[in-house]
Amino acid sequence: MRVIGDIATVRSKNAGPFVLTIDVFCHKAATYTLLRHFLTTGTVATTLGCDGNAVTKFTLPDLHVIKFSLPRPIIQGCPADRDMHGAQFSNLIAELALPEDANLPAQ
Amino acid sequence: MTRVLVPGGVLGLGFDTRALQHGIAARPDIIAIDGGSTDSGPNALGTGVSKYSRAVTRSEWAELMAARSRAGVPLIIGSAGTAGTDAGVDWMLDITREIARERNEHLRIAAIYSQVTPETVLAALDDGRITPLDPAPSCTPEIIRSCTHIVAVQGTEPFMAALESGADIIIAGRATDTATIAALPLMRGNNPGACWHGAKIGECGALCSTEPLSGCILIEFDADGFTVWPTAPTARCTAQSVHAHMLYENADPHRLHEPGGTLDVTNAAYNDIADGAVRVTNSRWIPTDPYRVKLEGAAPAGARTLILALIRDRHYVRNAETWKDHLLAHLHATIRDRTTFDPASYTIEIRLIGINATLGNLENCHSEPTEVGALCIVNAPTQPIATEIAKLCNPFLLHFPLQGCTEMPSFAFPFSPAELDCGPQYAFSLNHLMTLSDPMDTSRMVLVET
Repeated sequence: MRVIGDIATVRSKNAGPFVLTIDVFCHKAATYTLLRHFLTTGTVATTLGCDGNAVTKFTLPDLHVIKFSLPRPIIQGCPADRDMHGAQFSNLIAELALPEDANLPAQ
Repeated sequence: MTRVLVPGGVLGLGFDTRALQHGIAARPDIIAIDGGSTDSGPNALGTGVSKYSRAVTRSEWAELMAARSRAGVPLIIGSAGTAGTDAGVDWMLDITREIARERNEHLRIAAIYSQVTPETVLAALDDGRITPLDPAPSCTPEIIRSCTHIVAVQGTEPFMAALESGADIIIAGRATDTATIAALPLMRGNNPGACWHGAKIGECGALCSTEPLSGCILIEFDADGFTVWPTAPTARCTAQSVHAHMLYENADPHRLHEPGGTLDVTNAAYNDIADGAVRVTNSRWIPTDPYRVKLEGAAPAGARTLILALIRDRHYVRNAETWKDHLLAHLHATIRDRTTFDPASYTIEIRLIGINATLGNLENCHSEPTEVGALCIVNAPTQPIATEIAKLCNPFLLHFPLQGCTEMPSFAFPFSPAELDCGPQYAFSLNHLMTLSDPMDTSRMVLVET
């Protein structure tokens, strides 16, 4: 089974204390074309346990980047927060399984 | 045309001295650096204490002050002392005066304070001048009153006023990362869209280049756009590296809201030109009316004590979740039976490092670790109560057995005392805009001569 992290680089970070932003760097046009459709706001919402309507998706074809912004799963610095910079949420997206029939080169 | 030298992403994070020298040789009109952000959490805003080492900050600032003196241009820092509280500005002012004395340098320093009182915010709330951003915590008068510090995130206007006063060095409280860089080119009438866009690209220093750790970046603003290049000899900017910086820590990669307007880069063109420089045009600035500044506030959120117990015993590692659940139940029962602490006033959490400490319930990868760290986190209204509860937890974190184990186990405590007091905690409690009648309403400038 291949996962998104095998073909793209995923980064997450706070955009201020209340918003999390996730950047998926696809590096190649073919990867971008596949992931642009595969990665939906619904997928991100389910993976991060939030409401799909709260997730905004941006596509940047010039950079081969797909970006998602959403309310932080927990406000930065609250007692229940585990990741002050929101830096490790990216792994949940990077570890999503790719479709079985995806025929893509490694990044 | 205006050349702004940005020596690094933030003061205290370091920069390449040679890259700084190259930057000065390129004859900048101003040197601008950021002093902080909210990114490290609410502690700096709650306490007013910088997250960076004073020694490192002082050493880097001394180097920048010497560079400023050689270049004969102003030096600006925004968000001084990490959170940009009044205490943060005074801390930077103190460091600056020390260095000026050592260098026997006579300087005009503009200190710009932007801390606002709870009364100011309450009056604005009454007038309907407070607008929540999305998402925002509820903004009640009680929460506003409870904030230890509230700062207004300033735009370019206070920097322009300080530059007009002839200041050699400007030390400002909380400001947008871009305002320190955009102020002078805007004053000189360079393209407003380019001023804000170039400032955004340069705000993290060389992060928009191929060598982020080299720190220094030069941005040249003019009537049509801006050109950006790193000053370290081997570093380069590429159209891709510059464009990609619009993604960094930005919720929206196309639009950036600033005090007084919005930067729109939807149609911006990024072009590689000679020598690792990138030319950017077609950035738009859309002024907004009324003028609004973002408020940041931190309110006290009790106190915290930690205990770390390390588990290497294979049976306990395999059953760590069960052990944790039973231990927590036992701890709560003991506190109920042996103390008078209100169960609603404190929390005890045990995070299993090696199992799911980073992602909690969102973790979906399960494999058997070699060892597990049981990080016990006690939150309570005051430090003495948090410490007291942690002390009560201590022997059980050391010895609590799994059901069916007849031998009493002992786990590894790496420290003595095992309890680590974290002190007062704070919570970000504002994500709101405040409407001003004048951009200078939340800024106070004090001129100091050394």
